[in-house]
Amino acid sequence: MDTPIAVNIADVSKSFGQFEAVKNVDLQLKQGEFFSLLGPSGCGKSTLLRMIAGFEDPTEGSITIDGREMKGIEANHRPTNMVFQSYAIFPHLNVEENIVFGLARSGLNKGEKRAKANEMLEKVGLAGLGRRGAHELSGGQRQRVALARALVLEPKVLLLDEPMSALDKKLREQMQMELRALQRSVGITFLMVTHDQHEAMTISDRCGVMFGGKLAQVDAPEILYQAPRTKQVADFIGGMNFIEGQIGAHEGGSLEIDLPVFGKVSVDEHGVSERAGAPITIGLRPERIHVEKNRPEGADVFAEAEVVDRAFYGETIHYYLALNGRKDPIIASITNFERREHFEIGEKVWSGFRGAAAVALPQD
Amino acid sequence: MIVTKETKTGLLLSAPATLYVLLLIAAPVALTIAYSFWTQDFVEVRREFTWANYAEVFSDPLYRTLIFRSVRIAAMVTFLTVLLAYPIAYYIAFNVKKSKALWLFLVTIPFWTSYLLRVFSWKIVLAQNGVVNSALLSLGIIDAPLDTLLYNSEAVVVTLAHAWAPFAILPIFVSLEKIDRSLLEASKDLGEGPVRSFLRVTLPLSIPGIVGACLIIFIPTVGDYVTPALVGGSDGAMVANMIQVQFGKANNWPLGSALALSAVVCVTIAACIVVGALKLLERSLK
Repeated sequence: MDTPIAVNIADVSKSFGQFEAVKNVDLQLKQGEFFSLLGPSGCGKSTLLRMIAGFEDPTEGSITIDGREMKGIEANHRPTNMVFQSYAIFPHLNVEENIVFGLARSGLNKGEKRAKANEMLEKVGLAGLGRRGAHELSGGQRQRVALARALVLEPKVLLLDEPMSALDKKLREQMQMELRALQRSVGITFLMVTHDQHEAMTISDRCGVMFGGKLAQVDAPEILYQAPRTKQVADFIGGMNFIEGQIGAHEGGSLEIDLPVFGKVSVDEHGVSERAGAPITIGLRPERIHVEKNRPEGADVFAEAEVVDRAFYGETIHYYLALNGRKDPIIASITNFERREHFEIGEKVWSGFRGAAAVALPQD
Repeated sequence: MIVTKETKTGLLLSAPATLYVLLLIAAPVALTIAYSFWTQDFVEVRREFTWANYAEVFSDPLYRTLIFRSVRIAAMVTFLTVLLAYPIAYYIAFNVKKSKALWLFLVTIPFWTSYLLRVFSWKIVLAQNGVVNSALLSLGIIDAPLDTLLYNSEAVVVTLAHAWAPFAILPIFVSLEKIDRSLLEASKDLGEGPVRSFLRVTLPLSIPGIVGACLIIFIPTVGDYVTPALVGGSDGAMVANMIQVQFGKANNWPLGSALALSAVVCVTIAACIVVGALKLLERSLK
């Protein structure tokens, strides 16, 4: 049985005057999944989130939540709650009063509300801090209060607008794992907007990547990383080397591509339908490039190269490799494991890769 | 005490202000306090300690009435001004998008003419042959001009409420402007409509501005004597008018001083009550 759909976004567009912020987006969020909308700033992801929350009306298209059409329903009557980028903690209320704010018309009495607040505080790891004033909270605590305040209302969908952007790196990483665990324990659909690809990849079940108001690709993080559908997506998520070549022939699901320097390589077709002779770009992750002193054994294609620069990252080392007849160096990321051979700048090396590691990208 | 160069510079820099405060504020207040315990003996002031002036202030119903009336009028002026100023401040803070500075500039326009002229212009508006009466007459709503518009405490309230408007609009505007707009979205997101969002978020967060406006208006209004003198008549006379009489025509400085200081004490108490009431309101809105 298929998981029921929590949110259905059908052909939604939004214009602000002449500016089209969101263009014909179709998207379905499944019940209980953690979905991230990823994209550079100004790509329309926040506008999409705000349309689901009810703060903006779509110019075209429809949004249904839990099977209910949301047109004409104000934000205060929608089964959604939001964690704001600034957290929007009410400064004149203490933690507990913030959390029960939305329960004003729930019909619960004071004791029941307090019990609910305490339960939520426990869940977000703030037990015993109900009496704290809003101004006495640290950034991480504010985020937890914002989460508790939204989740106590048991929304169909929890919307999170760049929830980590105000936290420092260490706390951010900790909160990401906590958020993931919290989502699993409450089982509510989470929709998070972020521009941080690492954040989106670490915590989401699925991600949608947006550029210029359009949804470019929706997939699980692994697929997004390993099989980006467009050059833009490939470039935005992780590091990527692009090598231009020419289609040689289609051969039952795979594609023979003629590359300069490297020669002929067989790559998965990946939906590319252009004919033989058409130009094509392949994407190659830095960690998929072999760099060795001698001609590599495990690679399908290889070429001689010269190390022009290197950058040390601790767990990995990046080599910038100049190839004959190529303007930009390609970047290879080599894991810094024990007894790994290192190369110096100016050293002649062999670089290569396997056809299965490359992804064919259609021309934009 | 070791006098360093910095302390010397500091003393030198603060000397003009200190001197100013001592000569023009501390000394007159001290003198007023001293006078309030002395007695006027026809042309001379007898410098012997006595509570008699205060006894007179609190036993004579005339003075008591004047002080209570002053506080009452000031309270009404404060209430009316804040009530009328709040929507304007709200409008400028939330609905004016581009030209906020222009709006604030327009709010201050009444200050371009002198206070006295503004009071006089209300006389023109409220007089027997004034704007209001002639308008009502020509519209046929009344047959004879109303003579109840001017020379009473209501006239004082109306005139002062107009005069103080910018003093209320500005602090309330500042407190509204400071409210993070995402708080209002959060309130809506958590299920509250516009009215309850206003009562639960906007209003409590603007209380500091309201407190400021109340104090700025209430305190000088209790002691105002120009407006009651011009538009108040005998019915609208306030304590400051009596103080002026004691220092002038009646030539009883000790009684005037005792009246002035009693008024100060009453204002302080009343102001504390106003602030306390607003704090209570703030708590009840939670």
